[in-house]
Amino acid sequence: MNALKYTKDHEWVRIEGDVATIGISDYAQDQLGDVVHVELPEGGKAVARGDEAAVIESVKAASEIYAPLSGEVIEVNGALADDPSIVNSSPLDEGWFLKLRLSDPGELDGLLDEAAYEDFIAGLE
Amino acid sequence: MTARAGLEGRSTGNRALMLEEPLIFEQDAPGRSGVDFAPLTLDEDRLGGLARRAPVGLPGLSEPEVVRHFTRLSQKNYGIDSGLFPLGSCTMKHNPRLNEKLARLEGLADLHPLQPASTVQGVLELFDQLSHWLSTLTGMPALALSPGAGAHGELCGMMTIRTALEDRGDARKRVLVPESAHGTNPATAAALGYEVDALPANARGRVDSAELKARLDSDVAALMITNPSTCGLFEDEIIEIAEAVHAVGGYVYLDGANFNALVGRVRPGDLGVDAMHINLHKTFSTPHGGGGPGSGPVALTAELSPFAPFPQLVHDETGFRLVEHGPEAAKSFGRLKGFHGQTGMFIRALAYMLSHGGDGLRQVSEDAVLAANYVLARTKDSLSPAFEGGCMHECLFDDTFLEGTGVTTHDFSKALIDEGYHPMTVYFPLVVHGALLVEPTESESKASLDLFIETLRTLAAKAKAGEEALFHEAPRHAPRRRLNETRAARHPRLRWRANAQAAAAE
Amino acid sequence: MRYLPLTDADRAQMLGAIGVASIDELFADVPESARLTRPLELPDHASEIEVARAIGELARKNLGTTATPSFLGAGAYRHHIPASVDHLIQRGEFLTSYTPYQPEISQGTLQVLFEFQTQVALLTGMEVANASMYDGATACGEAVLMARRVTRRGKAVLSGTLHPHYREVVETLSRFGRTEVESLDPDIRGSEDIAARIDQETACVVLQNPGVFGGLRDLAPIAEACHAAGALLVAVVTEVVSLGALEPPGAMGADIVAGEGQSLGNPMSFGGPTVGLLACRQKHVRQMPGRLCGETVDEEGRRGFVLTLATREQHIRREKATSNICTNSGLCALAFAIHLSLLGEEGLRRLAAHNHAAALELCERLSSLEGVELVNETFFNEFTIRLPGPAAELVERLAGVGILAGVPASRLYPHHPDLAPLLLVAATELTSEAEIEALVEGLAEVLR
Repeated sequence: MNALKYTKDHEWVRIEGDVATIGISDYAQDQLGDVVHVELPEGGKAVARGDEAAVIESVKAASEIYAPLSGEVIEVNGALADDPSIVNSSPLDEGWFLKLRLSDPGELDGLLDEAAYEDFIAGLE
Repeated sequence: MTARAGLEGRSTGNRALMLEEPLIFEQDAPGRSGVDFAPLTLDEDRLGGLARRAPVGLPGLSEPEVVRHFTRLSQKNYGIDSGLFPLGSCTMKHNPRLNEKLARLEGLADLHPLQPASTVQGVLELFDQLSHWLSTLTGMPALALSPGAGAHGELCGMMTIRTALEDRGDARKRVLVPESAHGTNPATAAALGYEVDALPANARGRVDSAELKARLDSDVAALMITNPSTCGLFEDEIIEIAEAVHAVGGYVYLDGANFNALVGRVRPGDLGVDAMHINLHKTFSTPHGGGGPGSGPVALTAELSPFAPFPQLVHDETGFRLVEHGPEAAKSFGRLKGFHGQTGMFIRALAYMLSHGGDGLRQVSEDAVLAANYVLARTKDSLSPAFEGGCMHECLFDDTFLEGTGVTTHDFSKALIDEGYHPMTVYFPLVVHGALLVEPTESESKASLDLFIETLRTLAAKAKAGEEALFHEAPRHAPRRRLNETRAARHPRLRWRANAQAAAAE
Repeated sequence: MRYLPLTDADRAQMLGAIGVASIDELFADVPESARLTRPLELPDHASEIEVARAIGELARKNLGTTATPSFLGAGAYRHHIPASVDHLIQRGEFLTSYTPYQPEISQGTLQVLFEFQTQVALLTGMEVANASMYDGATACGEAVLMARRVTRRGKAVLSGTLHPHYREVVETLSRFGRTEVESLDPDIRGSEDIAARIDQETACVVLQNPGVFGGLRDLAPIAEACHAAGALLVAVVTEVVSLGALEPPGAMGADIVAGEGQSLGNPMSFGGPTVGLLACRQKHVRQMPGRLCGETVDEEGRRGFVLTLATREQHIRREKATSNICTNSGLCALAFAIHLSLLGEEGLRRLAAHNHAAALELCERLSSLEGVELVNETFFNEFTIRLPGPAAELVERLAGVGILAGVPASRLYPHHPDLAPLLLVAATELTSEAEIEALVEGLAEVLR
């Protein structure tokens, strides 16, 4: 399995070929608390980096998930509709949100590796 | 009857005056009714074949059962009548019962909204008197009475502003809203198609006027400001701020939720405000009723008044009448509510104002501000005030005093429930960490304030003394312990269903 | 001042504890130019006796409907309110409580809302309902915006059966909310071909049943046409008692129901406060505006209720909320819930039957008058008649002799002179033989 990359918006990205799987970090799920709903985009939708791609809700907060990379949504995690708690129990694995077919691999350079992300969140404490 | 077998060995779950009460749907005896109507069979009908085919599914109960059901439910509620209700930004003051009585008078409660004007001159005169009082107290000449609540008033005021801007061919794009504002403000601006530009606060908790001026340009339609702010602080640069907004051709909208701090002492019109809503259910004591109905009349400058919604009240040689359509008020932005507004609330609010008089209303704001400052002064060494100095009608604390105790603002508020109080507003405004916003209002005696202050101090001391469990387990004495909100949101069950209740008990 | 507990001695002590010399110091942040130094030109405080007298005098200048033959409808209806309703809603724990943000000490309000939501869902034949809106017209406006969010389409088609005040509220909200509205001409006989107006841009069709002129329509074919085009059907009900006699909109395929609940438990009160009803299909609930109460359990596993799905709302979502609504019509919803609990299945069915019977009787008597023509084929408790002259003038003359004859169509449609001879008349369980007699005689007199 490829190493995860992160964004400062607390998303993770796993690259396999030209497909990026996207989810939220363990830190983010912990900050949000119990996830009660995830709103995902429709398959086939084209998103540009920075666009709102999904919304995640806890009881008392709603956060937009911005696309960390540009591309076309090729798959979303339907399991989250029935059981959004997967985001809390398995944020980096079963709790993935969506898969993008990348349109601009050059954007990958802007992502953080795990160590850089750890440093980043350490700075937030 | 098989019921007896089902009841064997069952405990009621009641605890003296705390009585468990099933849903009304679980008390059905088909055929029973609490209202007597003779049975009626019609030989023919005019329903055009659309007569109801299936039962509605409503339970049948007699009157004593219904009265007992709702009485028992009422006993699970905390109201202003029960005790001190320091819910910041909500102005939970005493609701005089005279006002309830007067709103129910024949000749008022039984008026139909579409009666000929000649038969409703008294109620239209009441509209006029209410407008006169509100106009005098705000220092603003025109009133739009129809909005149904504060947020509806915001829509009304901002629609008036947008229409006035459109009238000069310049609708503009942005509305400035301080970060400490009620959520309704940005929601209102967005509903009108405006982009919301959030303004940060300065170190004194006020709108950062330098930052505000830097954001002002000819794209700014309005500033929506709350004064006193939701931090309980008077925006002392308001006049200068209003002048700056006006200088770029924008308008100043005042969220009037906190008017109780100013009534009778400060007129918003003198601060440069162009439009403001007045929550009659806050400042003028019409009851909150567990979430409404409210009433949110909007005060306007003369310049904005032609753009106000229908109906507009007119007094001419024929008496009072309502203008409900153009062309007489051709610039009106249109209709906002089904009929003319919350008349029942107008009656209550006018009775409240007549009872207090100009002198009493001034005393109201003075006592409200005095009470909040008293709570602040006597708890500031125990809790942690969010800002230095005094406050207006409410005082704001952050959660610094709970640091390291393992107790959160949430826990602290739940412990107040066990002490017999409704908690203060918590986690609002968002600009302060773990906010606790306390608004005691003018309705409390000094003895009541003293006991509340002692309770706050004692709880703070207990938190600091490591009595964490007391807070985490709170409330222990309420009709319910903490409720599982995650479960409610993950699997929404928003209504009773005949066959689903067994599953609910899993 | 009877409402202010602090004494001057208290005030002095409190100022001392704060450490200021006078109350004015607490207002020091107010710019000097804005401090009122003189008393406002308003009367001083007054006793209960004086205030009751002043408001009582205003009340006596009106012609109330209690002791007057009254046939007004068009969105507000004179019904009997059982005595226990008004007693129960004045219990201080209901009357003086706040929106139930603290569920542990608000289970009373919350359980009422859960029961109210269930009642509204059952009555309308829908899956879920919210905890109320300001009134029927604003519920209708919000329903249109909701349909736009659900369908992501930008156009609403409003039937000519829709109450013009509702239409105007929709037009206002839509204009600022960037939704295109096509409003059809007044539809007196329910004959418009609204299905023909639906296209690929249509978010919803809004249809009122019974219509503003009183006529009834089968919504099913219109619902089918909407669904075939990917649009929603918003059904509007201004007389909720009709749902005791008529097929509910949900059973006829409506996707959203917006209604006015005043007829149950709430006085007309010159048009407000009343209670807006909003119901929809479960799958659309996240696009619904307003408060929702849901069932859950407490830490000891006991059933309890909380406000839920709050992330749709302004206090969390701010500019991205489904609506800016905050306060709704809690106490009016309580009155509605109590009245409907008292009625129960049988009481509601009988109430509706009495309404229809009264309207049938009124219809028969009025139709027999020379010069009066019945417009409707079908109706529930309200219908339209055509008079030989402008209805507003006749209404004014009858008001002069203490009869409130109905709502002239010109009051609702001032820009449609062709409707001027039309009069909307309503009858309810309160309409007595004697009242009908008074109207028939009065009308015969003025038509002579």
